[in-house]
Amino acid sequence: MEKIYGKPGSLQPTGNTFCPGCLHGTALKLVAEVIDKLELREKTFGVLPIGCSTLSMFYNNYDMITSAHGRAPAVATGYKRCRPDNFVFTYQGDGDLAAIGLAEIMHCANRGENISAIFANNGIYGMTGGQMAPTTLVGQKATTCKSGREASQVGYPMRMAEMISTLQAPVYVARFALNTPANVLKARAGIEKAFRNQVEGKGYSFVELLTNCPTNWGVSAGESLKWIAEKTIPYFPLGEFRNN
Amino acid sequence: MEKKFMKGNEAIAEAAIRAGCRFFAGYPITPQSEIPEYLSWRLPEVGGVFVQGESEIASISMVHGAAAAGVRAMTSSSSPGMSLKAEGISTLAGARLPAVIVDVARSGAGSGQILPGQNQYNVATKAPGHGGFKVIALAPSTVQEAVDLTYKAFDYADRDRNPVIVLADGVIGGMMEAVTLPEYKTEMPDKSDWVLDGCKGREIRVNSSYVHDVAMLEKQQIDSAAMYERWQLEDAQSESYLVDDAEIVIAAYGISARAAKSAIRELRKEGVKIGLVRPITVSPFPFAAFDALDYKRVRHILCVEMCIPALMVEDVRCAVARRTEISTFGRGGGFVISPDQIVDAVRMLSGEGRK
Repeated sequence: MEKIYGKPGSLQPTGNTFCPGCLHGTALKLVAEVIDKLELREKTFGVLPIGCSTLSMFYNNYDMITSAHGRAPAVATGYKRCRPDNFVFTYQGDGDLAAIGLAEIMHCANRGENISAIFANNGIYGMTGGQMAPTTLVGQKATTCKSGREASQVGYPMRMAEMISTLQAPVYVARFALNTPANVLKARAGIEKAFRNQVEGKGYSFVELLTNCPTNWGVSAGESLKWIAEKTIPYFPLGEFRNN
Repeated sequence: MEKKFMKGNEAIAEAAIRAGCRFFAGYPITPQSEIPEYLSWRLPEVGGVFVQGESEIASISMVHGAAAAGVRAMTSSSSPGMSLKAEGISTLAGARLPAVIVDVARSGAGSGQILPGQNQYNVATKAPGHGGFKVIALAPSTVQEAVDLTYKAFDYADRDRNPVIVLADGVIGGMMEAVTLPEYKTEMPDKSDWVLDGCKGREIRVNSSYVHDVAMLEKQQIDSAAMYERWQLEDAQSESYLVDDAEIVIAAYGISARAAKSAIRELRKEGVKIGLVRPITVSPFPFAAFDALDYKRVRHILCVEMCIPALMVEDVRCAVARRTEISTFGRGGGFVISPDQIVDAVRMLSGEGRK
């Protein structure tokens, strides 16, 4: 019998220990599938953030570094400039990328570094237990805004893909959601586009993935997918903002 | 060997090039901006990379990436910027990655002053970042020594896979002197057993300052503590100047030590039996140099520092262990200590202060 689907070689065979229903596993699998498809595993340098996805250092099967909180784009810059033939991608959550690491992501994008950025946006701090993130929706409850995010106090959720697409250097900026099989396939195609851009030396690509956090949103895994469709996507529109 | 007339900051930058540094990221701050300026054109000449970071934090993080790539990497700053670099220096130490950080120190807390100061002693020797790690910190007293110590710093960093700080000050960084430049280093240490160059033909490598296994983290801390002990035995460096018959010994490092030497020569002419102990490594602190003093003769140690309050004096107290009297003399604010002021301070000790 012919094997038509298997676990990508760029993931460890051991599986992951993310919370039940968490889409980090899906996002990392898509990354791994594309790395396999483009045969990049043996020259990959994955730059991990601080947050739940730091744990992916145990799940991915290629060279990795963990950076200080928010600094992945700067670490990737230093590495890629020294080893331009290696494949370098960053993987960051929304606290890491849009709050403490805002300067690093914007300037890395603005320099047009020839790297690929993956941004997992689930609108909350997962690892530390559900605090408000820059991407938490207005009205959404978090442990540091018990009655829900109030725009009059803390402003509105930050649309990172749109912000980065105002810069001139990035060659590909897009947002996808991981809430349905059809959207997952589109996201994989976007990740492939971003990775190919780097391999072809075109420059900086930014792929935002709308993900979930059933644990800290306080909903079931199934409800969290409905939440993405009904609440997240209307505020964070899907699509390609730049495709040069 | 090439002899040149160079400004301290540029001499430090050129020494780094000759030591094999091929990556630099930095952010402008007075009084060290000539280092990034010089390296912005000099590194490309030798096939290296210069990046002007958007901040001190980004710059040290870029060095983090370059170090993982196996390239000799450096950043530089001055006192306020070192607070921002603390995160990255701690990360490098935790991740066991080599790098050289130059601090051309200035005076005061907060923004303080852009003028020189030796206020960074505790940052360099006690807490370059969070987490209780240590680094070798080298304190040049001349531009030549700044060149030699910067050159050597890369070897220490690679040997230990640990960051190294070159603790200069605004005087050393800004003055011009004749220097003999070292040869270009051609042989680099072998990093093939840890560098992250892609997993072709080997198991994957994960470099992380986050250590999931507490027993492993404790083991790393035990190993680091042993390394710090080795530094004390093998790497502590100091200069003892005219101490054999000395009754008064000045303890000073960096630019203060240079002013102290001039003062000592002046006082010796008057028959004052005075010498100098000058730490070259402020970390590891050269305790042995203080043990070697003859405390039957040395009646006073004057710790001279270009900062108020004195900071190195705490290590000097520890080294002297109550074997003789210790006092301090310093200038703050950004005033540069002159030999005359040190002469006066010594006369005050002997009860012969300026009338």
